[in-house]
Amino acid sequence: MKQTRKSSQSLDRALPKCPTGIAGFDEITLGGLPRGRPSLICGGAGCGKTLFGIEFLARGAQDFGEPGVCISFEETAEDLAQNAVSLGFDLKALERANKLVIDYIHIDKSEIAETGEYDLEGLFIRIGSAIDSIGAKRVLLDTPEALFGGLNDEGVLRSELRRLFRWLKDKGVTSVITGEKGEGTLTRHGIEEYVSDCVVLLDHRLQSGVVTRRMRVLKYRGSMHGTNEYPFLIGRQGISVLPITSLGLSHKISDERVSSGIKGLDEMLEGRGFYRGSSILVSGTAGTGKSSMATHLVDAACARGESCLYFSFEESPDQILRNMRSIGIDLGRWIKKGLLHIHSTRPTSYGLELHLVEMHNLLEQHKPKVVVVDPLSSLMSGAGDNTNDLTNMVLRVIDRLKHLGITGFFTSLTSGGHAAEATEVNISSLVDTWLLLRDMESDGERNRVLYVLKSRGMAHSNQLREFLMTKNGVALRDAYLGPAGVLTGSARLAQEAREREEASRATRESEERKLALNRKLRTAEAQIMALEAEKQAAELELKAAAKDEEDQRNSVLTQRAEMARSRKVNSSPKAPRPTAKEASI
Amino acid sequence: MPPRRENSAKVEYDLRLYVAGQTPRSVQAFANLTKICEEHLAGRYRIQVIDLLEHPQLAKGDQILAIPTLVRTLPEPIRKIIGDLSNKERVLVGLDVRSSG
Repeated sequence: MKQTRKSSQSLDRALPKCPTGIAGFDEITLGGLPRGRPSLICGGAGCGKTLFGIEFLARGAQDFGEPGVCISFEETAEDLAQNAVSLGFDLKALERANKLVIDYIHIDKSEIAETGEYDLEGLFIRIGSAIDSIGAKRVLLDTPEALFGGLNDEGVLRSELRRLFRWLKDKGVTSVITGEKGEGTLTRHGIEEYVSDCVVLLDHRLQSGVVTRRMRVLKYRGSMHGTNEYPFLIGRQGISVLPITSLGLSHKISDERVSSGIKGLDEMLEGRGFYRGSSILVSGTAGTGKSSMATHLVDAACARGESCLYFSFEESPDQILRNMRSIGIDLGRWIKKGLLHIHSTRPTSYGLELHLVEMHNLLEQHKPKVVVVDPLSSLMSGAGDNTNDLTNMVLRVIDRLKHLGITGFFTSLTSGGHAAEATEVNISSLVDTWLLLRDMESDGERNRVLYVLKSRGMAHSNQLREFLMTKNGVALRDAYLGPAGVLTGSARLAQEAREREEASRATRESEERKLALNRKLRTAEAQIMALEAEKQAAELELKAAAKDEEDQRNSVLTQRAEMARSRKVNSSPKAPRPTAKEASI
Repeated sequence: MPPRRENSAKVEYDLRLYVAGQTPRSVQAFANLTKICEEHLAGRYRIQVIDLLEHPQLAKGDQILAIPTLVRTLPEPIRKIIGDLSNKERVLVGLDVRSSG
């Protein structure tokens, strides 16, 4: 075949794609349906085959400038147009604008007799003229298998359908053929044999009382495609398929940091907070302050002028506002400014897929920088018993957020009995930063502690910190490490008081000692001064004594000389002695 | 093939034969039809041959898929016979013509 030679070359060049415009579908097929070839969309009754086809045509006509032809074998043009209105497509207007032709082909077996040989050239001519009338590039054949109900000669029908598909291919139009699922076969009459390029299976099933729609690309010749079952939804904007947005792990990452809004927490994360665009999980038991942390993040982001989206599955917006006012955060002003959108729904109100679609739509609508999902775990009830679904969904949300560079903050309620690390949805490996809030029971009270379990790409603190909710928001305290482990709450306060007391006692003592020593010093100095004075006095005395002695000696000599002079005797030293003796008696 | 054959006498049977070009099958169908009509409806019929290759838009009106298709527009209700009309009995039954001999 021609295609084999082509496909051995570069796939991208060999297989041009035709974007359907269906949200998500073009992503899982890496571009859309094979251009210029027929594709089969099959599934059970009510699975959305016709809507798929109609959206393919309408989007093509509206958004891609490719007019389309709808050949309907089941519904009249009026019915189709009416049904399409619910998806937001105005087929009548497209018809008036020459962008769309709807031809209803009706076969009533009761008014037809068959005799002899025939072919379906009439059908070819009709399709051909419809295509040529507006230069159509897209064709929808809505359940051509209905022909089998109107005509008897199955052999002719088969060969004619085969010829039809080839003819469409030769005409170069991209066509969608729908087929009802048969028993054991993809379509009732096995026409998948003739449409071998691309086969998409739609499905809807009931699970835990909630209907979920799924889509799977069974086959896509010559092209890579996502092979999983993707949930999809039929909403007001048509079909939305929810793929894991990019099939690779190739989101752009940011080195920018965003504050958590809690000073103590930023400190634990290298002092700079989370990475922008990362996903953060906070898990903890009931009432540990998960929502409060989320609010801080939102508050900080809004203060920077960034738009935030808050998905709440437990509280109404008003309740959140009131509760957060109690810790001193006024979210109302951000809502008024249009920066914050709180979206509250009951997790059980609809299935996981719809939640997911709702999220996607709101993301598109608000283009936030920060998204909070509070709490993720309550979506469990929407998922029923199937935790796998929830994990998948969370993966998709995280993936979507990362793709858009949005910082995602998820809270998860862990039940008391479980180990704190065992998050139910097993998403721990998907998140970048995982914070754990825990209760610590001691001394008759319950206190909250927080620690960073992991935080990719940063040297985070390994410290356990006490988590306090004050009137001015959340505060983190350095947890007190006492001899008996971490002390929290009043135990910490008591210990701190004890320490303070001890410290002050020590100061007091040392003051006293200083005083005493000073006193001693001063006493010693006083003594020194006294002794000095004594010494000086003694010296003076000594000097005086020496002087006296000399004076005396001088006066004795003088007396003696005078006496000798008066006695007129030769001076004799013995002579005055008795006199002196007499005088002293 | 002549594009139409009309019999100006009172027309009971108004027939349209849809073909797509002069394929052997179409020629065969026309020949078969004329023969049957002459045998059973002489003077009471009119045949209009419509070539969809020339007038593709006409296919929509009578819901034509198969070629050749014979449409009996009169008498009502509308009946359709598809195929090359090679089985005379079935054509007569299809046209609701009582075999009058």
